[in-house]
Amino acid sequence: MALLEIDDLSVRFATNDGEVQAVNHVNLSVEAGETLGIVGESGSGKSQLSFALMGLLARNGRASGNVRFDGQQILNAPPKVLNRIRAEKIAMIFQDPMTSLNPYMRVSDQMAEVLTLHKGMSKKQAVTEAVRMLDAVKIPDAKGRVRLYPHEFSGGMRQRVMIAMALLCRPQLLIADEPTTALDVTVQAQIMTLLADLQREFGMAMILITHDLGVVAGSCERVAVMYGGRIRETGPVGPLFAEPAHPYTQGLLHAIPRINQGGDELAAIPGSPPNMTQPPAGCAFEPRCPYRREGCDSQRPPLEVFAPDRARACFAPLPDVLARRQTVHLRDIEIGAEDPVEEEATPMAAIAGAGMAGTPSKVDE
Amino acid sequence: MVIQQDKMQSLATRMSQDEVKGRSPWADARKRFLRNKAAMTGLIILIGVALFALLGNQFAQWSNEDLDFTVMGQVATMGMPSFENGHYFGTDDLGRDLFARTVQGTQISLMVGIVGAAIAVIVGTLYGATAGYVGGRTDQIMMRAVDILMSIPYMFVLILLLVMFGRSIAMLFLGIGLISWLDMSRIVRGQTLSLKNREFIEAARATGVPSWKIIIRHIVPNLLGLVAVYATLLVPLMILTESFISFLGLGVQEPLTSWGALISEGAGTMNYGTLWQLAFPLFFFVITLFGFFFVGDGLRDALDPKDR
Amino acid sequence: MMTKPLLDVRDLRVTFRIHREGAMPWSAPLPLHAVGGVDFTLNPGETLGVVGESGCGKSTLARALIGLVPAEGQAEWIDGRDLIGLSPRQMMKYRSDIQMVFQDPLASLNPRMTVGQIIAEPLRTHHPGLKSAEVKDRVKAIMEKVGLLPNQINRYPHEFSGGQCQRIGIARALIVEPKLIICDEPVSALDVSIQAQVINLLIRLQKELGLALVFIAHDLSVVKHISDRVMVLYLGKVMEIGSSADLFADPQHPYTQALLSAVPVPDPAHDLAGSVVPLSGDLPSPMNPPSGCVFRTRCPRAQAACAEQVPALLGQDHRTACHFPGPLTDAEIARARNTEAA
Repeated sequence: MALLEIDDLSVRFATNDGEVQAVNHVNLSVEAGETLGIVGESGSGKSQLSFALMGLLARNGRASGNVRFDGQQILNAPPKVLNRIRAEKIAMIFQDPMTSLNPYMRVSDQMAEVLTLHKGMSKKQAVTEAVRMLDAVKIPDAKGRVRLYPHEFSGGMRQRVMIAMALLCRPQLLIADEPTTALDVTVQAQIMTLLADLQREFGMAMILITHDLGVVAGSCERVAVMYGGRIRETGPVGPLFAEPAHPYTQGLLHAIPRINQGGDELAAIPGSPPNMTQPPAGCAFEPRCPYRREGCDSQRPPLEVFAPDRARACFAPLPDVLARRQTVHLRDIEIGAEDPVEEEATPMAAIAGAGMAGTPSKVDE
Repeated sequence: MVIQQDKMQSLATRMSQDEVKGRSPWADARKRFLRNKAAMTGLIILIGVALFALLGNQFAQWSNEDLDFTVMGQVATMGMPSFENGHYFGTDDLGRDLFARTVQGTQISLMVGIVGAAIAVIVGTLYGATAGYVGGRTDQIMMRAVDILMSIPYMFVLILLLVMFGRSIAMLFLGIGLISWLDMSRIVRGQTLSLKNREFIEAARATGVPSWKIIIRHIVPNLLGLVAVYATLLVPLMILTESFISFLGLGVQEPLTSWGALISEGAGTMNYGTLWQLAFPLFFFVITLFGFFFVGDGLRDALDPKDR
Repeated sequence: MMTKPLLDVRDLRVTFRIHREGAMPWSAPLPLHAVGGVDFTLNPGETLGVVGESGCGKSTLARALIGLVPAEGQAEWIDGRDLIGLSPRQMMKYRSDIQMVFQDPLASLNPRMTVGQIIAEPLRTHHPGLKSAEVKDRVKAIMEKVGLLPNQINRYPHEFSGGQCQRIGIARALIVEPKLIICDEPVSALDVSIQAQVINLLIRLQKELGLALVFIAHDLSVVKHISDRVMVLYLGKVMEIGSSADLFADPQHPYTQALLSAVPVPDPAHDLAGSVVPLSGDLPSPMNPPSGCVFRTRCPRAQAACAEQVPALLGQDHRTACHFPGPLTDAEIARARNTEAA
C-alpha cells in the first residue's frame, strides 16, 4: 500500500466572480521514501492540491474526494486528527520561509515549542534536539545561531531553518511547495542537494511542487504534470523527459532555454493559461495545442495508462505526438486576447483571487 | 490546414473589428458595491435624507421661522405631531414647525459634513500626495507642519475662534476645514510612499513624465479608492463635530439651525413630555450616520476586495 | 573597422547613503556601494546580458543608466554626450532613446489607465504636438507588432494575462523608437511557456528594429539564449565579461564557474550534486565589502594576495577580474565541497 493515496481529489473556491475549479479529479500516490514532482504553471492548481492535503485551504475553499495517509483518511478530517498528522507525519515547507516562522520568536523557542508540544520533551532536551537538527541542515555554528530571530538569517539560511523545523518530528512525508523559487541559483543548488541528502538520511517521502522542470529533473523519481487543475501526464522522470507523451509536457520542455546547448528561437507555447472560473468544456489545453483535433474542444480526455507506470490525458494518438505530427500551426499571437471576455469573466482576477484565496489563513486551529 | 485558415480569417476580421470596451477597475468596484446589500441600504437611506433636505420644504405647511400662536404655551398638549394642523413632526418649544426646522437642520448639517469632507479630500490629497511623492526634506517639513497643527487642541481653538469672531456658518466651515485635512494628508502620504516605488511610477519617471503629471495622472487616481472610503467616513465625523459645537450652543445661530442644535433643544425639553422634539432630529441624525458608515464600509470592500 | 559604441560606460558607481537603524538623525549616513565601478561598452544592435545573484547591483545599474538613481562616472552615448549628471531637461532628449521594460508585468502598468493610454504616454510626453488620431494609429500599430490585438486598446491591464501585460510594457518602450531598451528581469515573473513567447518577441523585435538591449536576469539559461555578450556582476563589481559563447563555454572567473555549475538542467541524466561548485558562506554585506577582491571570502581559490589588491578587469574581448583566472581544478572543487560540508 502506498504511503499517501489521493483519490479523485477536487478543490473548489467560491469567489465573487463565481466558482473557481482549482483542482479537478486528481489521482496520485506516493510510496514511502519516494520523491514525486508536481510540475505546473501558475494557476495550474498544484499549490492548492498540497494545501488541500494539509487541510490548509482558505475558508472559501472546499475539497472533495479521498486522501489516505498510511491507510487513514485525512481529507477534511477533524482538526484534532489533522493537527497530529501535520505535526508528526507530514511536514510542509513553503516558498517564503517567513510564512512558517514567527518573526517575534527566537528560532530556538519556535523549534522547542514543536517538540515539547508533540513529543513531550523538556525544554532543555528540545533545544538540544533543535541544535542537532540545525546542524543536520548544515547551518554553521548552529549552537550560537539557535538563539537568533528569523530575520537575522539570510534567505538561504532561513530556508534551512524552515526545513530543520519541518523535520523536527521526523515526518514520513515532506511536501515542499516551490522551496527554491525565491532563492538564487547557487543557494538553490545547495538547498536541493540538502533536501536530497536529508531525504536519504531520514528515509522520508517527498512531494516537490515546482514550476521549474530543471529542479524536477535533478531531484525527482516520478513526475506529475498539471495544467488547468488536472493531471496531464505522469510517469518516471527519465522517460517523461526523454519522450514526453502529452503535448503540454512536450511544449513545456521545448520552451525552456537550456544552458548546455545553443539556441535558436525557443518553441514557445502560444496563448495563455485558461481562466478557471469558466473552465472550457473540453481539454483546457486545446486552444494552445498544436495536436488538437475534432472533439478536443468538447470532451475532456481522461487520464489513461499507456505504458507501465505512465499515463496521459490526451486524444491525439501517441505516435503522432511522439513524431511531432502537428495538426495546426499556431501563430505566436496571443490566442487568449481574441476571445471576447464576457461581462462576468475576470481572467486575471480569478486566478489571482484563487491564489489569494488559497493562502492559508490559519495554520493551526 | 482547414483549421488554420479559419483561424487566420477570424484573425483578419478581428483586426478590423471595433474596439472592445474595457472594464475599468471602477466598473468592477461599482458592480461589487451594487451587490452589497448593507451598502445599498445605506445608500438608499442617504438618498432619502438628501431628498428630504432638498424637497422637504415643498411639503411643509409652515415656514421654519413662523410661530404657531395656537400652540404656543401649550406645546406639550397641542404641539404634537399631527397631519391636521400641518405640523407633521409637531412643533418646537416656541411653537415653530419642527418639520420645517428639521428640513433646515438637515440641510445645514449635511452641508457642513460635505463641505468639511470636501476640503479634507482636496487639500489633504494634494498635500499628502505632494509630500509623499517629492519626499526628502520637503516631505519632512510638510509633515512636521501637519504634526504641529495636529498637536493643537483643535476643539479648544475652534471654540475660541467662534467666541472671538462671532458665531457664523462661514467661521464654522473655516474651523472644521482647517483641521479636517490633517488626517487625510497623513493617510494619503503613507499610501503615496508605497505607490511611489511601484514600477509603473518608475516607468513614467524613466520616460521623462514631469512630476506634477505623475502626481495627477498616476498617483491621485490610484489613491481615489482610499480617499473615497475615508471621505465617506469623514462626513459623519464632520456632522458629529458640528453637532457637538451646536450642542454646546456655539454652532449655527438662530434662526438657522442644525441637527446638533435641534437635538440640544429637544434634549432640554425631554422632561416636559415633548419627546418628539428630540426624536425626529435624532432619528435623521442616526440614520444618516449609519448610512454613511454602511456606504463607507461597502466602498472599502468594493474598492479593495483583497482586504476582506 | 571599429564601430563607435552606442554606449560606453566607464567606472560607473552608484552609492546610496544609508542611515543606520536607531542612529540619531544628525549622525552621518553610511555609504553603500550598490554599483562599484562598472565598465562596459554596448554596440548598436547588440544584446548585453547582465547576470548576478540578488544584491549584486544589477537592477541598480539599470536604473542608473536610465537616470532613475543618481550615479557617478561616465556613460558616453553614441553622440559623444556623457549621460551621467545631465540636468533633467538635457536628459529629456535621451529618454526617448533609452527605454526600459520592468520585471513585474502587472505592477509596471497603471491599473487605472487603459492600455492605449499606457502605451501612448511616452509618445505624448516626447511629442506633445501629435494629434490624438495619430497617436491612436501609432499605438495600434505597435500593439500589433508586439502580438496584441489592436482592438483591445480600451481594455485595462487587469483584463490581460501576465504575458500580455509584458507585451504591453514592451509596446510602451518601443513606441518612441528607442535605440536601447533596458530589460530588468523581463521574464522572471512569467511562466515558462509565456517566458519563451516574450523572449522570442524581444529577439524578433531586436532584429527587426536594430535595437540594442541590456538584458538583466538571474536566470543564466535565458541570458545565454538572448545575449551576444554577457557581464557577470558580484557585489556591484564586474567579475567577468565576454561574448556569450566564450563565457559560457570557457568561464575564467571562479564565481562564473560556480554560478554556471549551479544552474539546474532539465535532463534527469544530469548530475547536479556531482557537478556543482559550492560557494561557502553568505553574500557579504554591501555596507562592508571584503577588501581586495570582493569575491575572495567565498572563492575556492582565494589566497593572501586576493585580500590586498583589487583585481583589474583584464583581457581583450573576454575580460576577467581575477588574480588567478582559469578553470577550477578537480582538487579545488573537492576542497570547496569539504569547506562547505564542514
